[in-house]
Amino acid sequence: MRRVWFLARAEVLHVVRDRATLAQVLVVPVVQLLVLSNAATFRIVNTPTYVVDFDRSTASRGLITRFQASGRFDVTGAAASPDQANDSLLRGEATMVLTIPRDFERSLVRTGSAPIEIALNAEKGSAAGIVQAYASNIVAAYASELAARTGPVAGAAPRIEVRARNWYNPTLNYKHYMVPGILVALVTLIGTLLTAQNIAREKELGTLEQLNVTPITRGQFIAAKLLPFWVLGIVNLAVGLAVGWLVFGVPMRGSLLLLFAAAAVYLVVALAIGLWISTLVETQQQAMFVTFFIMNVYLLMSGLFTPIDSMAPWVQVVSQLNPVRHFVTIARGVLIKGAGLREIARPLITLAVYGAIMLTLAIRQYTKRIA
Amino acid sequence: MKALGGLLRKEVYHILRDRRTLVVIIAMPVLQVVIFGYAIRTDVDRVRLAIVDPTPDPVTLAIRSRFDAAGVFRTVAVLPRPESLDSLFERGDAQGAVAFDPAFAEKLGRGLPVRILIIGDATEPNTGGIVQAYAAAVVQAYANELGTHTAGIRIVPTIRTRFNPTRESSNLFVPGLMAFVLTIISSLMTAISLTREKETGTMEALLASPLRPWQIIVGKVTPYLVVGFASVVGVIVEARLVFHVPLRGSVTLLLFEGLLFILVSLSLGILISARTSSQRVAMMGALIGTLLPTMLLSGFIFPLESMPVVLRAISYIVPARWFVLVARGVMLKGIGLAYLWSATLILLAMASALLVASTKSFHERLET
Repeated sequence: MRRVWFLARAEVLHVVRDRATLAQVLVVPVVQLLVLSNAATFRIVNTPTYVVDFDRSTASRGLITRFQASGRFDVTGAAASPDQANDSLLRGEATMVLTIPRDFERSLVRTGSAPIEIALNAEKGSAAGIVQAYASNIVAAYASELAARTGPVAGAAPRIEVRARNWYNPTLNYKHYMVPGILVALVTLIGTLLTAQNIAREKELGTLEQLNVTPITRGQFIAAKLLPFWVLGIVNLAVGLAVGWLVFGVPMRGSLLLLFAAAAVYLVVALAIGLWISTLVETQQQAMFVTFFIMNVYLLMSGLFTPIDSMAPWVQVVSQLNPVRHFVTIARGVLIKGAGLREIARPLITLAVYGAIMLTLAIRQYTKRIA
Repeated sequence: MKALGGLLRKEVYHILRDRRTLVVIIAMPVLQVVIFGYAIRTDVDRVRLAIVDPTPDPVTLAIRSRFDAAGVFRTVAVLPRPESLDSLFERGDAQGAVAFDPAFAEKLGRGLPVRILIIGDATEPNTGGIVQAYAAAVVQAYANELGTHTAGIRIVPTIRTRFNPTRESSNLFVPGLMAFVLTIISSLMTAISLTREKETGTMEALLASPLRPWQIIVGKVTPYLVVGFASVVGVIVEARLVFHVPLRGSVTLLLFEGLLFILVSLSLGILISARTSSQRVAMMGALIGTLLPTMLLSGFIFPLESMPVVLRAISYIVPARWFVLVARGVMLKGIGLAYLWSATLILLAMASALLVASTKSFHERLET
């Protein structure tokens, strides 16, 4: 036990003494959290919209006002010329062109129905589908508003009243969704990268040989290597959570104890992956490259940025093998939805199994190198 | 000239000998195209719906069958009471829920107002909003048929999705992916390769050799330029064969702009290596200085319009932003220089400024 303790202390001293590493561990994540949660967003606001209004009536102006009032659309140009609208689409200045034909109002009054045209620039981001859904919503809401204004139907016709509720995120704040996910990404990156790099450096410097000839056992060696980074990961998560709570007002509906317990399990997985990578590589550069490559795949397929439910069916199946996915689910579940142990049992057990497998794999791989 | 050839050969050996890095360089773009094509999507489809129906009757059953027939929804649970909804949502088993009033048909028959509550899991706000809108449309359509709706006013939108009618995500990502791959290979690899010579002290040997400074730069940089170009062509071919990504504009223009962007990235790599002394710092510098901006601030994945003003302002100095703009224009819209001249000029200006700066910084180091 004392050996583990000594080696772990040496590891801590290494981290604390090297200013660059310390900054990498403590400052960079906070900055990334602040930048990422603002940049990594599919929130739809201020979509540049070009309006071609041939009608110029109260009804058409009303529709345009509804678009602008929603906050999701920003009328950047208007002219009664389809050519100019097309030009602004080609230039990429407009993401949506709303065309209201002549006789829009008259047709509404006479027949109760009128067409409009919405053209979307689908080249810009994958958000075009979401923009389209929001635009259709606004149009439908305006139609029923007009209907209500023209007077309710005479007689006591029965009505079906539809009420809608947004659970868990009633203000539709995108940051509340992103921050828990980004926290997971940061904890994962730091844990995996530092572990992989750390052992690769010992290899490069030749100090690993020295450690190998000491009476320390493999289990002790790995425990001593993982323990400091495990603590560091927990501290990182705590700091990130505090920032998320103070700066972005991220909700914490569930038990924090549960979240940290899950994080403790998850970090074993992340660190074991780092350890496993370090046994595959020779130099720090390779360690960074391989980690970066694997993390890239893990993070993009974790449902962190885009919902798992939107992915192709076979990707959804494959992503079950992705530990990041499970911890993202847990973090969002506990923080945003207030899920308890019973609700997160499935991903948590998966993580525990994953951790045991990865750790065994890493230790096995390691044995060969020492022998 | 012979000396330059020797340096080139040495550099090629370096690249070929480091198998693991080589595999990563080759596999990354290939895998990246697949991931972006299949995984990075925002379509809302096959929504898991829970139904709360305290007293099933012909009307609620009819509405429920409408949901099943809509194609967008899959009913995963039918509950008599709303209490267990929470746990369904918390586990993620349900994405939306529809709750009927008790004695629905009876009240409707007696002319009393009835209520349907639609709940969306708004943890991810867009999905929540879209699920709600879809569900409301299903109920509304049924109500219209019953003739119970208020006076019918309809505005019928015709929606045309330009440039990418099927909204294939691979179409959107391939241009950005090219920028990403070029940044990794040109900036990251160049920076590391130059710093490694410094770290191991072999840079001194190179400087003491009869090679001229520009020859050293050309010799170090050319192999990566070739690798970069090859993987871009690879990405385009894969995207066309597997995902049938269109290439509507001029290929020559696209390749020319690609070359411009490679020059910018290479210069950035040289600049970073001139300012740093260890591979690790160079790597971090390249990661933070070039790779992250390329990922986040180029409009490649996330729409720039949604970002705060500060980030949008920063995005103007990110070279990838302009390259993505040009590449998308050429590939998806089929437009030429008539529309893209300003972005091309900006890239050109960036390339020349950075090229001068990087050669200068290399010279300065020579003298000290």
